[in-house]
Amino acid sequence: MINLRIDDVPAQAEPGQTILDAARAAGVRIPTLCHLEALCPVGACRLCLVEIRNWNGKLVPACATPAQEGLDVVANSDRLTSLRRTILELLFAERNHICAFCVSNGHCELQDLATELGMDHVTFPYRFPALALDASHAKFGIDHNRCVLCGRCVRACAEVEGAFTWGFAGRGVHTLVEADLGDRWGRSVTCTGCGKCVQACPTGALFEKGKITAEQEKRPALLAEITERRPRA
Amino acid sequence: MTQGVPLREIKVPVTRIEGHGLITVELNRAGKVSQARFHVTEGRGFERFCRGRTLWEMPALTARICGICPVSHLLCSAKAGDAILAVRPPRAADKLRRLMNLGQYVQSHALSFFHLSSPDLLLGWDSDPKTRNVFGLAAADPQLALNGIRLRAYGQEIISSLGERRVHPAWAVPGGVRAPLTAEARDRLAAKLPEAMRIAQDALALYEKSVPGWAEEVRSFGDFPSLFMSLVGEDGAWEHHGGRIRFVDADRAIVADGLDPARYPEYIGEAVEGWSYLKFPYFQEAGYPDGLYRVGPLARLNCCDRIGTPLADEALARFRATADGKAVTSSFHYHYARLIEIVAALERIGLYLEDPEILSPRVRAEAGVNEQEGVGVHEAPRGTLFHHYWVNEDGVLERVNLIVSTGHNNLAMNRTVTQIAHHYLDGQKITEGLLNRLEGGIRAYDPCLSCSVHAAGQMPLRVVLLGPDGEILDEVVRAA
Repeated sequence: MINLRIDDVPAQAEPGQTILDAARAAGVRIPTLCHLEALCPVGACRLCLVEIRNWNGKLVPACATPAQEGLDVVANSDRLTSLRRTILELLFAERNHICAFCVSNGHCELQDLATELGMDHVTFPYRFPALALDASHAKFGIDHNRCVLCGRCVRACAEVEGAFTWGFAGRGVHTLVEADLGDRWGRSVTCTGCGKCVQACPTGALFEKGKITAEQEKRPALLAEITERRPRA
Repeated sequence: MTQGVPLREIKVPVTRIEGHGLITVELNRAGKVSQARFHVTEGRGFERFCRGRTLWEMPALTARICGICPVSHLLCSAKAGDAILAVRPPRAADKLRRLMNLGQYVQSHALSFFHLSSPDLLLGWDSDPKTRNVFGLAAADPQLALNGIRLRAYGQEIISSLGERRVHPAWAVPGGVRAPLTAEARDRLAAKLPEAMRIAQDALALYEKSVPGWAEEVRSFGDFPSLFMSLVGEDGAWEHHGGRIRFVDADRAIVADGLDPARYPEYIGEAVEGWSYLKFPYFQEAGYPDGLYRVGPLARLNCCDRIGTPLADEALARFRATADGKAVTSSFHYHYARLIEIVAALERIGLYLEDPEILSPRVRAEAGVNEQEGVGVHEAPRGTLFHHYWVNEDGVLERVNLIVSTGHNNLAMNRTVTQIAHHYLDGQKITEGLLNRLEGGIRAYDPCLSCSVHAAGQMPLRVVLLGPDGEILDEVVRAA
């Protein structure tokens, strides 16, 4: 058992567990967005940044950093809140997140984080990219305007469903999540139509067709429920 | 200006309406009115930015056009969605949509009459502008002001009981509605109905008692023969969420009847003028601008054969008697028609609240995209509203056309301000009473400018500077 401190609370972790696992076990809240139980951590969004006091205040992503003996972790501070809020502002400024008529309004992790972290303004200029909406799939749609590139859909498809339909295309702010090397989702030959990606998506980027504003509630915990029921190797 | 006599121009910003507008009155050398115009000075862009969104988002998206009329856009958009899904919503859904629209009539008409217009009507056109507002009204007649608030609240409560919120409810969907009314909400609304009805009838009686004192305004606030357009039911009765389009003339003779609302481009044209962001619809058969027609409460009462509920039909008979059975042609009487429609709406609300079907859970027809074009038409409180969508095979919007009530009345509003300016402006003395009558003439239409200028873009702009004798002093044309 590994012993560490998180926000001055004694915490413990099994070997192989992360700082985030230890924080959750100890009841310390660390905001996350790209992280999802049952999926491999990727440290993409950086919202779970924590400060390690005995590493000269180094910032590390809690979801992807293994817990280590004797670590003195700061999970919540003014500095961290400011950094996290800035990350959120950048996410909002990057694409077109308009809650008012979004299918996920009221059930959106991005919206909830903005509320939690007190992001009442976006201080960066909005980019307003002209991004497409692909509603060619019989059951689902993808609106790139609302995508934060967390990759939860990509990992859910690969790691839980095993279909490998989704992947990233392009680089930097021009990155898009695409099905089957850029084909329209409705023409995908690998997609099984299982909808795990939709349930994993934290925003309204992936949605069930026919849902109207605020009607899309996601079940991200579904993925862990599935993997926990699987026989262990 | 290159030469000639400088024109005098009086600019009147219009207040106590929804949105921003401007009236200009142009005078000739002799100081007489040469023409007056009502300008809509804001641009929006909804038709453009709906493109690329899905059909299912459209009710909530277009509802954001306005905070006063979100329900109208919501319901109209859902109807356009029904057409694209090629489904008929379950009967209960149709009744529930109608119930919400009637709630919208009550709240919107109450807002127009009590909050926006009654200060002019009851405190007087020449009264001090500092107190000629809802606060002045509250000081002069606290009970009336309170009644207005309570009546409006009743309409709002119908909307929030169905859609969970008063403004921008996400409730109507292509194919139906999300949820029926609960039995508790029905009982609560039924218990409050008698008070709302009493307030509405009192206001109607007050109007009918006071109208002789407004004879001059009735004659000069847009009193001219014109066409009127509205939906009427299959049996010719007053209609607000279905039926077909009818045009009547000033004699209340039917000019066109049974028109398919979805084929509106065959009979409604839209003209554009460089001096307003608001387009000018007209009845094609009569051409532009002779095809001027009016929509809204006045038009609905002129077009229908009857309303279909006893108290409203009695009031309709009195209303028609003022014009010897012909069409009521003064736009001043939009106020009158609005009050009768509140009574009509409350009577129908009572009927729906007694109908057990409004509690039915079967309220939503599920379907995919079966048509690539669909029109929704609906009578908003202010008049006939069209939502016309073109989608790709996945249900993503490729093109949108919205014709809103205030737009239909654009020609009539311009004619009205001109008539008022001619009547009340004499010489060069501009009185507060004149300015307020100009505004009041517009306010009679209860225009919603936020809605009306949902569309903007690069419009070709032609600016003509006219001298007193009509000669062109200068002209600038900017291409689109």
